[in-house]
Amino acid sequence: MPQIRFRLNGADTSVDADPDRPLLDVLRSEFALAGPHFGCGAGECGACHVIVGDRAVSSCDMPLWSVADKDVTTLEGLGSAGRPHPLQRAFIAEQSMQCGYCISGILMTAAALLRQNPSPSSDEVKAALDRNLCRCGSHNRIVRAVLRAASEMAAG
Amino acid sequence: MNTPSPPKLPVSVAANPRLASWLKFSGDGHVVVSPGKVEIGQGIVTALAQIAADELDIDISRVRMHRASTASSPNEGVTSGSLSIQQSGRALRQVCAEVRHIFLEKASDRLGTDIDTLSIEDGTIRGPGNVSTSYWELADDVSLERDATADVVAKPAARRALAGSSVQRIDIPDKVFAQPRFIQDCAPPGILHGRVLRPEISGAKLADLKEDGARAVASLVSIVRDGSFAGVVCETEHGAEAALKALRKSATWSGGDMLPDEDDLASFLKSQPAESTVIDTRKAPSPVAIARTIKRQYVRPYIAHASIAPSCAMAQWSGNCIHVWTHSQGVYLLRADLAVVLRLPVDNITVEHMEGAGCYGHNGADDVALDAVLLARAAAGRPVRVQWSRADESSHAPFGAAMAIEIEAGLDAQNEIVGWRHQIWSNGHAARPGRAALPALLAGTEMENPFPRMISSNPPQANGGGGDRNSIPLYDFPSWVIESHRLKTMPVRTSALRTLGGQGNVFAIESLLDEIACERGEDPVAFRLRHLRDERAKDVIRAAARRAGWKPPKKPGIGHGAGFARYKNTGAYCAVIAEVEGAEDIRVRKLTLAVDVGEAINPDGVINQIEGGAIQATSWVLKERVRFDRQRITSTGWSGYPVLRFTEVPDVEVELIQRSEIDPVGAGEAAHGPVTAAIANAVFDALAVRVRKLPITRDALIAAMEQGA
Repeated sequence: MPQIRFRLNGADTSVDADPDRPLLDVLRSEFALAGPHFGCGAGECGACHVIVGDRAVSSCDMPLWSVADKDVTTLEGLGSAGRPHPLQRAFIAEQSMQCGYCISGILMTAAALLRQNPSPSSDEVKAALDRNLCRCGSHNRIVRAVLRAASEMAAG
Repeated sequence: MNTPSPPKLPVSVAANPRLASWLKFSGDGHVVVSPGKVEIGQGIVTALAQIAADELDIDISRVRMHRASTASSPNEGVTSGSLSIQQSGRALRQVCAEVRHIFLEKASDRLGTDIDTLSIEDGTIRGPGNVSTSYWELADDVSLERDATADVVAKPAARRALAGSSVQRIDIPDKVFAQPRFIQDCAPPGILHGRVLRPEISGAKLADLKEDGARAVASLVSIVRDGSFAGVVCETEHGAEAALKALRKSATWSGGDMLPDEDDLASFLKSQPAESTVIDTRKAPSPVAIARTIKRQYVRPYIAHASIAPSCAMAQWSGNCIHVWTHSQGVYLLRADLAVVLRLPVDNITVEHMEGAGCYGHNGADDVALDAVLLARAAAGRPVRVQWSRADESSHAPFGAAMAIEIEAGLDAQNEIVGWRHQIWSNGHAARPGRAALPALLAGTEMENPFPRMISSNPPQANGGGGDRNSIPLYDFPSWVIESHRLKTMPVRTSALRTLGGQGNVFAIESLLDEIACERGEDPVAFRLRHLRDERAKDVIRAAARRAGWKPPKKPGIGHGAGFARYKNTGAYCAVIAEVEGAEDIRVRKLTLAVDVGEAINPDGVINQIEGGAIQATSWVLKERVRFDRQRITSTGWSGYPVLRFTEVPDVEVELIQRSEIDPVGAGEAAHGPVTAAIANAVFDALAVRVRKLPITRDALIAAMEQGA
């Protein structure tokens, strides 16, 4: 089994695994991460979004080999209860979910957006999140939270 | 002297009177509260914690909410029907009031002070002269192994500190900080992974299965086969996927059920053998002269739960005892069905709840639990977690039933409604486990000695009805007849989906009302108000209309419509004004809602539920229908079953009418019917076309225009 090296949440790592395995499966099984969630296995719902490089991507249909030598960030790498990312604070403040299963993928898409566009409009947030599905109908709260985080980050 | 008689015990307390089953004080200054209802994304656990903290006079941070389990929790049936606040909330309020009183009596003894002089602040019980004790100091000397009596009356609304305030949900931090909270994240030591093979063709039997390919998978632990039920157990998740793929390749299926024509659901529904019931009649006090009648037919398709995660469960055998972890809405009900299938006493089975993705009724949660139990038999005592695929969830979980609804309104010479006949043709809207002698679980119908597939039924009208839910008009018409025709065949599996028949019936009633008002040249809001006697109903309609600036000036391509219902005719009141923009496709721009749930325990929680319900209903109305050919469900993924996306979501404004003196009811299902109707009515306002068949897609608009022309 070849060894695949990449950076995971800021730390160099490597894994001996079939390079064709979906990244999601490797993250959850080999690294015991609960952030990225399985939703469809076909890159259609966004529950498994992680950031590779500077883009939010589906990890369920992305083969492990494709992240060799790249930076992978999951929700675990975004922040923690002790050192929350502004998005995490904002999602709590706005109570931006019902079940919350889609939220980890949405947080990653939003984090990638704010890296590229620190002060998005409401429509830009919606466009960025269009590949993430939410079934409970928390969309408007989610958009509010992303805008809140953006203004908090802008205020420093 | 007149004293108010003590209230009767709330239903959940009457069924589970033992105080200790609801709560206990733990040594570390916490209170462990055990409701029988479960978190399904509706925020119930937080609202129940608020109620308990309020009644006990403790800080909410001291409350630890215990997940429902048949090992220790009160049996509150199923978490459904917007009843959790009504049932569990009232129960906990009563239980906590009694527990508080018992501790006050004990403190009075201990401190030697009169009970009336004691007060409680964050669990510390104080009396005159600076004496004090606490729940936790007294806990060893107070037994809660006694039954509730209903002799204690809970606090009046004015003395509640937390009810009515938007406490932040206690489950949300875990969800933003990637803490394992969902059953999908559950990975105990020794865990194995299971997958089940299911046919594409509905009801097909597994004729032949070659196991060689699956056996070649390195991490395979076992292959399980019992009639048409087949699955694999592996050391790893990707191994399980590979083994399943190999099994699928080698499987030969035979037979199957004929599915209806998806493009002519009304004809199908009206042609099947059915059980017909008169739901309600009202006779006019004096004979009325009907000058003419208007007859309209409304159709809604099968709708999928489409939970964002496919169903998942875990099971572990120990001898002839089994422990099941599940996101089922009813742990006791699931246990009852498992006992029937496994031919085991219920005491051998423990069913424990864990959160799953949002569920909107009876999805695959219970089915996958039996799958896990059957696969775990071949795991030598190790826990087996089974994850359904998106296609499994999209084609094998029960759907919300399709409906054909016909209303014939009789009008007098002044075009006033004097007669009303409402008929519903639909499969039953409930086939949940644990309620019948036979199990309702999918694998039970696939085993070598199969149980028959349960044909879905309808709850009685006293419990809100099923296909007939919300079919009895709240409007003051002089006469009506309401009939329900429940199908006795079920080629497409149906069970409970949010509102049961409520969405379809409210769509039909409110659409026809709008049409008649329009024909009369009467404002549809004024028309509704004129036919209502219930002031709470009128208040929500007036509030929504006021907030939406009813009726905004006409602009080309923009339409506004109204919708109203009181969920189940006994629950939450909800009125909506929809603003749509339309040409080829309909876009819902804004929904303005007013809602009255009585006492809103957590106002933001109620608003969240109403917003979510409104957006989900918009998705149902504009996009959703289960697709199938004559053999198989074809909407097996998100591309085949599209739901509303971020760029399509309307603005939603919610006005909450808080009535803290009125017992609370649930909010989760209040918006769907009114939103559906309001959108359809707004489409007419925008385009002058009545769409009576959901969803309102481009094709449906064209068909309705052709029909109207």
